[in-house]
Amino acid sequence: MTGEQVVAPGPGSAAGPALVGIVLVSHSARVAEAVADLARELAAGGTVAPVAAAGGTAVGGLGTSAERIVAAARAVDRGAGVALLADLGSSVLTVKALLMEDELPPGSWLLDAPFVEGAVAAVVTASTGAPPAEVAASAADAYTYRKT
Amino acid sequence: MRDAEFFRRWMAAAAAAVEREADRLTELDSPIGDADHGSNLLRGFTAVLAALEAEPSAAAPGAVLQLAGRTLISTVGGASGPLYGTLLRRTGKALGESAEVSDAELREALSEGVGAVAQLGGAAPGDKTMLDALVPGVAALGTSYRAAGSAAENGALATVPMQARKGRASYLGERSIGYQDPGATSSALLLGALADVAESAGAR
Repeated sequence: MTGEQVVAPGPGSAAGPALVGIVLVSHSARVAEAVADLARELAAGGTVAPVAAAGGTAVGGLGTSAERIVAAARAVDRGAGVALLADLGSSVLTVKALLMEDELPPGSWLLDAPFVEGAVAAVVTASTGAPPAEVAASAADAYTYRKT
Repeated sequence: MRDAEFFRRWMAAAAAAVEREADRLTELDSPIGDADHGSNLLRGFTAVLAALEAEPSAAAPGAVLQLAGRTLISTVGGASGPLYGTLLRRTGKALGESAEVSDAELREALSEGVGAVAQLGGAAPGDKTMLDALVPGVAALGTSYRAAGSAAENGALATVPMQARKGRASYLGERSIGYQDPGATSSALLLGALADVAESAGAR
């Protein structure tokens, strides 16, 4: 868990304990990418948990692509679980439908958290090697940060 | 008894109805939604027809509906994709692998499918969603296919005075009142297509 080493795929790899992967699902590819960048930057300083953006439709429009979500989840799966965070409507429903049909890697689950704050909390926590329950709790906790 | 061909005809009739009504669905979706319901469903059902054509080996009712549902989830891009996709997949799964199913089995399977939609969206009748057409429609299947189509149509009309409590329209609060729900409208098309296909096959 030291240095900027790339986390090798597979559970319990030589790079240390497998990390929970994070998938950010947005109606907009730019929103998903930007939030992924923001979360990675704020988690930097050591190992950063694998984060993938799944934004927009397969043809580059606004909306949700089941294929992109499945591909992103597979890309960040290190065998320690995959946390998916979705923004609105069809993003949430598509992830839920894929979970119901067992189309995501084992140990995948939908986070209940605000999109930007939850993403940062989840990536920072996952980067410490925390187990899924801690990643989920930390992301959900972001709902309680009042702004006024 | 209903074979795979019946279900392929149902999907084709649904696709034709969506194509015929796509502009109207999008129009209904402009004041309270994001004005893409017709085009999204048209893309989805066009893909369903292509997928079924490419898969002649889907030779059981359950397989036909599961393939259709999977295709909708992957191609629609909006909330109607996972919702209709789950409806058809769950119905298809409930039908199992039999080469032919009875009308009673179809009714039972559709009830399971509608239950899965309610679970996925966390909605109930009265929330101004597709459930307002599907729930009465599937309940009326016990009477006849035509009764199911009419009940779904009436259910869609009954969404006009409702205030949306789910989806994009719910952000509008009271301003969602006075508009027919596009999802309930397309659900009525789906059950209407089923009634048409059953009637042309010589059912009640």
